[in-house]
Amino acid sequence: MIDLNVVGAKGALVEEAEGKWGMVIDQDICTGCQACVTACAMENNIAFVGEEDAGYGRSMHWIRVERFWEGTYPHVKMTHYQPMLCQQCGQAPCEPVCPAFATVHSQAEQVNLQVYNRCVGTRYCANNCPYQVRSFNWRDYNDERINSAIATLKNQYNPDVTVRRRGVMEKCTFCIQRIHKAQDKAKSEGREVADGEFTTACAQACPADAITFGRVDDPESLVSQLARQGHGVKHLEELGTLPRVTYLVGGA
Amino acid sequence: MTDKHHNAEQHLREQHLMLDPLPRGQMNDMVMESMHTTSWKFWVVFGILSVIVAVGLFYSWGRLILEGVGIAGVNRPSYWGIFLVNTVFWIGISHAGTFISAILRVFKAEFRRPFTRAAELMTTFGLVQAGFSIFMHMGRVWVSYWLMPYPNQRGLWPNFHSPLSWDLLAITTYLLSSTMYLFLPLIPDMAMARDKSTGWRKTFYKILALGFRGTEGEWTHLRNAMNIFAFAIIPVMFSVHTIVSWDFAAATRPGWNSTIFGPYFVVGALHSGMGAVIMVLAVVRATMKNMKYFIRPEHFEAIGKLMLIISMTWAYFFFNDYMVQWYGGDKWTKQLLHWHEAGPLGWMWFAMLIFNVAIPWATLWNKKWRSNPWIVFVVGLLINVGMWFERYIIIPISLTINRAPFTWRMYEPGIEIPLGIGTLAFFILLYMAASRLVPLVPVWEVQEGQMAHSLKKFGRETVVTVSELE
Repeated sequence: MIDLNVVGAKGALVEEAEGKWGMVIDQDICTGCQACVTACAMENNIAFVGEEDAGYGRSMHWIRVERFWEGTYPHVKMTHYQPMLCQQCGQAPCEPVCPAFATVHSQAEQVNLQVYNRCVGTRYCANNCPYQVRSFNWRDYNDERINSAIATLKNQYNPDVTVRRRGVMEKCTFCIQRIHKAQDKAKSEGREVADGEFTTACAQACPADAITFGRVDDPESLVSQLARQGHGVKHLEELGTLPRVTYLVGGA
Repeated sequence: MTDKHHNAEQHLREQHLMLDPLPRGQMNDMVMESMHTTSWKFWVVFGILSVIVAVGLFYSWGRLILEGVGIAGVNRPSYWGIFLVNTVFWIGISHAGTFISAILRVFKAEFRRPFTRAAELMTTFGLVQAGFSIFMHMGRVWVSYWLMPYPNQRGLWPNFHSPLSWDLLAITTYLLSSTMYLFLPLIPDMAMARDKSTGWRKTFYKILALGFRGTEGEWTHLRNAMNIFAFAIIPVMFSVHTIVSWDFAAATRPGWNSTIFGPYFVVGALHSGMGAVIMVLAVVRATMKNMKYFIRPEHFEAIGKLMLIISMTWAYFFFNDYMVQWYGGDKWTKQLLHWHEAGPLGWMWFAMLIFNVAIPWATLWNKKWRSNPWIVFVVGLLINVGMWFERYIIIPISLTINRAPFTWRMYEPGIEIPLGIGTLAFFILLYMAASRLVPLVPVWEVQEGQMAHSLKKFGRETVVTVSELE
């Protein structure tokens, strides 16, 4: 029989459930301060879409802090803040639907990546993402002629990350540029990347330390130890997406 | 007694085009005359539509390309909007042409003869609008050729796991095959027009007639080719809309991943397509010269019957789809079904059912009503509105409900509206231009049918007899 994994057939791509990189988000200690959202935007050159587009559901964030309420007015109770980002699914629904192979699974890092310059903008991936965590460049937000606010903000672009044009999809990469930097450094020093040596922008910025990032295939890493706690939840696991982000809620 | 028989015969001739033959030359002249007689009203409408196409379609599309999809109404979570609604709608319209000319040809339904061409033109022009709509939808349309499987140095290939790739192949196949199928029966009529015209028209028809002279060999080849196409295009037609439905059915979304979507979409396409055919026929009959001879109440009656049956089939599939989704008991699907009926656009859901089911059922059962061109015109128009609503409910309205409630948000169309009106205007414009250049009635097919039919007397009874020509 042909091994479909070897020939690269996407539908047949089944990996071990744990993957390589993963994250644990502790909703019990998240204060909803949005520092992760800001840090992510700075790190990844995410466009500022302006008030009007943001109000119309076009804000481009790779991570967002969701808020929910329980009950009906006036007996309303706020639930936990829920930072939502790409779950880097092992079997991602966004991947097989792209007609141009613009959203691909990184074999080396086991994350889901977007190839910006291959994207033609059908937006099928975003429709098919059950977490709704992909963001689309509706306009040329990084063009000064269109978005005057970007003129000065341009100076803080991260040189390690591409600036995207209009008409392409983008998404959380688990700060792949940081992963590569850490791996290159470790390799030049002839060692493995140590747990906690680097982290993603959102985890780094979190003042409550609610976000932990690391190797989920290493049982001794902090992220694996946290994920093993009894109250870990993976979102929409029933769809068979094999999410790599564990949410801790209602622990202590 | 003789008088009574004579009257019965007269009545049959008035009713049925196939029993009311005219001399060949006269009929050819009638069709040529219908192409050449152009009133000032035609040019006024033509001019208005040209302006709408220039502004609504080309100027707006240019802006869309230059400024980005942001000027349309799409957002998160409604990443797909009216562009996709229009794509599905126009592909649906295009189905009627093949249905009428291929399926009815294969089943030898004689009433099809005078309007197969009118229906086939709808297929081709409808697919053009569908193509426009899907390309408008894309974020970077200038690189859309990447979706084609062409050999390139980088070894990049489209993803054949994506339903959109299937779609592209299916629609391209359908456009090419339906255009060829439109052209084949056109050849003898082009030859007829060539022999009857002068000037630039003569050159135009000369090229398109491919030197057809009407020899026995040519007719044999033509008939063979048409037979092959008629049978081969039927599965293509069914596959196209089934594959369009898989864009939705293969997705991981509540309300979309329904196994019944394939046949449900095909029947929906036929529903809107038949409605569109009957509208076109009513307009052609009312506005073009000599068309009252070719298109008669019997044709509206026959299409009306088909519309009623298709409406019933559509109602069955709608009910089936609803039932299975509701019975599945998934909490997101439950939310979605509630949103369809009781959400802010619930009126659209009810209007869809009234236009697609209630009104056709209430009117088309009556033979007298469905023989009236203007009654069926209105019914066809309402069916098309209802079927557009159906696609609107499936795409932007269903997209507002997903498994991430934090992102739920309404969709408000932007530049989609002028662009949608532009595609409609362009469809009508192409049709009007075609009505001046192409014989809208396949004269030779009508003549062939009339030759096969005759009235014979058996005792006192006048009987319609049909001989097999092929």
